[in-house]
Amino acid sequence: MAQLNIDRVSKSFGKTEVLKEVSIGIEEGEFLVLVGPSGCGKSTLLNMIAGLLDPSSGEIRLDDARIDDQEPKDRNIAMVFQSYALYPSMTVEKNMAFPLRMAGVSKADQKAKVNEVATLLQIEHLLNRKPAALSGGQRQRVAMGRALVRDPKLFLFDEPLSNLDAKLRVDMRTEIKLLHQRLGKTIVYVTHDQVEAMTMASRIAVMEGGLVQQLGTPAEIYDRPANMFVATFMGSPAMNLLPAIAGADGKTIMVGDQTLPLSPIAAAPAKGQTVKLGLRPEWFNLTGEGSAIVARVELIEPTGPDVYVSLRINGERVMARLPAGTEIDAGTERTFHVTLDKAPIFDADTGAALYA
Amino acid sequence: MATARNRASFERGFVYLVLLLSAAFFLMPLIAMIFTSLKSMPEITGAAGFENNTILTPPKEPSVAAWGAAWSSACIAVACEGLRSYFWNSVLMVVFAVAISVMLGAVNGYVLSKWRFRGDNIVFGMLLFGCFIPFQIVLIPMARLLGILDIAGTIPGLVFVHVCYGIPFTTLFFRNFYVTIPDELVKAARIDGAGFWSIFFLILLPISTPIFVVAIIWQFTGVWNDFLFGASFAGADARPLMVALNNLVNTSTGTKTYNIDMAGAMIAALPTMLVYIVGGRYFVRGLTSGAVKG
Repeated sequence: MAQLNIDRVSKSFGKTEVLKEVSIGIEEGEFLVLVGPSGCGKSTLLNMIAGLLDPSSGEIRLDDARIDDQEPKDRNIAMVFQSYALYPSMTVEKNMAFPLRMAGVSKADQKAKVNEVATLLQIEHLLNRKPAALSGGQRQRVAMGRALVRDPKLFLFDEPLSNLDAKLRVDMRTEIKLLHQRLGKTIVYVTHDQVEAMTMASRIAVMEGGLVQQLGTPAEIYDRPANMFVATFMGSPAMNLLPAIAGADGKTIMVGDQTLPLSPIAAAPAKGQTVKLGLRPEWFNLTGEGSAIVARVELIEPTGPDVYVSLRINGERVMARLPAGTEIDAGTERTFHVTLDKAPIFDADTGAALYA
Repeated sequence: MATARNRASFERGFVYLVLLLSAAFFLMPLIAMIFTSLKSMPEITGAAGFENNTILTPPKEPSVAAWGAAWSSACIAVACEGLRSYFWNSVLMVVFAVAISVMLGAVNGYVLSKWRFRGDNIVFGMLLFGCFIPFQIVLIPMARLLGILDIAGTIPGLVFVHVCYGIPFTTLFFRNFYVTIPDELVKAARIDGAGFWSIFFLILLPISTPIFVVAIIWQFTGVWNDFLFGASFAGADARPLMVALNNLVNTSTGTKTYNIDMAGAMIAALPTMLVYIVGGRYFVRGLTSGAVKG
């Protein structure tokens, strides 16, 4: 039995259905990331786990005890908010001690616990400051500290890194992951950033339109996307989708007049069926690995470590990622190679991936 | 270069001149009041020795006798005890009326912005409507209500009336202020285990100083300067200062004692001025804090 069990949870605001029978179960110590575009329902789901919103139907259980009808304070959870939500009139120390104070913990124990967590997060020197006198990264740490002092069963993070600049975001990402490794606490983390999801999660739930499109490990999500939405949402630049027609022998696929072998992971579509072929930008190369494909080079964007090359294949725009220093000219026609062992095909109508 | 700079300083000088003139113009009534209150009656009426005096001539022999008389011995109707007791009536009334209406407004604003409920906007709209009800319309119903509550003619009765009229305004102030405070603060506090009142007292009140100052100044000015409710609902023992001042000015035996009238008016105006001077710098900050987010 999973530690956190979200069981067929739905939520409607008036006539708008934000979540439709969502079910997710995770084990103790897991790092679950809910990822999806704005309005996919991920924050609504997190708020319902926290108890800030009531589900319209369904159950949420923590350690087999039903929590969806409990007050937030009785659920033994802690939450870190995007805006950090530090209490402006209190010092860092008072902020961090606040949950303990509300729980009626003695002054001496409050102080001991706050000091312990402050040492862990290296913010001892900030204890007497007010939130207004802290930088974004420091506020972030204090917000995490306030969540940690309570020693809750479950941590909730609501886009905690969105307000930080790019460099700090990467640092804090590493730090949260390290903290998770050290403390082994169960975490549910909401983000719209697929890189955050891939780097931090032990499991990812990709959400869209109030549904969980796919729940799996980062590798499963990336290598075997369940549908076109997951395939294009995860990964940057996004996976290319090329219209293709199934060949007669069940082992090939036609992109325009070019024939490519079908990947071993894909199910053989019926002859003549129109599908979409998924090609990740990094599968393209000029070193002769994989199958040959002819493309017209439209535009070259060097990024430093890589060169993004915008191609036209059979009239469709396709993005390829090649190593820096690759010699290539825009406006020319060239033969590329592409490794197809992981290339999925999708049903053109339903968007579902067709795996063998 | 030089001419440009000269012209700039000339323009600046002109601006200051205009500002000084308009300041002097607006200060004239106050100066006239203060001067008159410090003069003796012969000096005011331009009797022998004080010919060619105007209302703006500084007092030749300043004296605070008129202030003393207005405070403790001037005749109001038949009692010659000055404004003193009425002043304390007003203080008592204003302290309770302001404290109660501001606290209730703060709680209302907190609920209407952070604990949304079905129909909350209708409640807020109705409260807002209360801001636009003219005083005169409620006089008779209010008199009846005070009678039923058995507080007619008393200071608690006046406090009740002013609290009723103050709540729409104070609610509006606090609600607009609390709307600008992120909801996440309240959510975080709820998860941290704080309840309705802990969130209000421990988290929101400590950051509400600017809007408290606004609400207090607004209510203090309104309640202190009120004449209509005081004249309508106060009995002989509960009469507030503004009503007494009116009676003082209208009680005349022989000549009108302008110096005592002016001193009385100054005494009546001083507390409001004091409140503005102490809280003024918060006033504009608090009034505009709801207007622009962040």
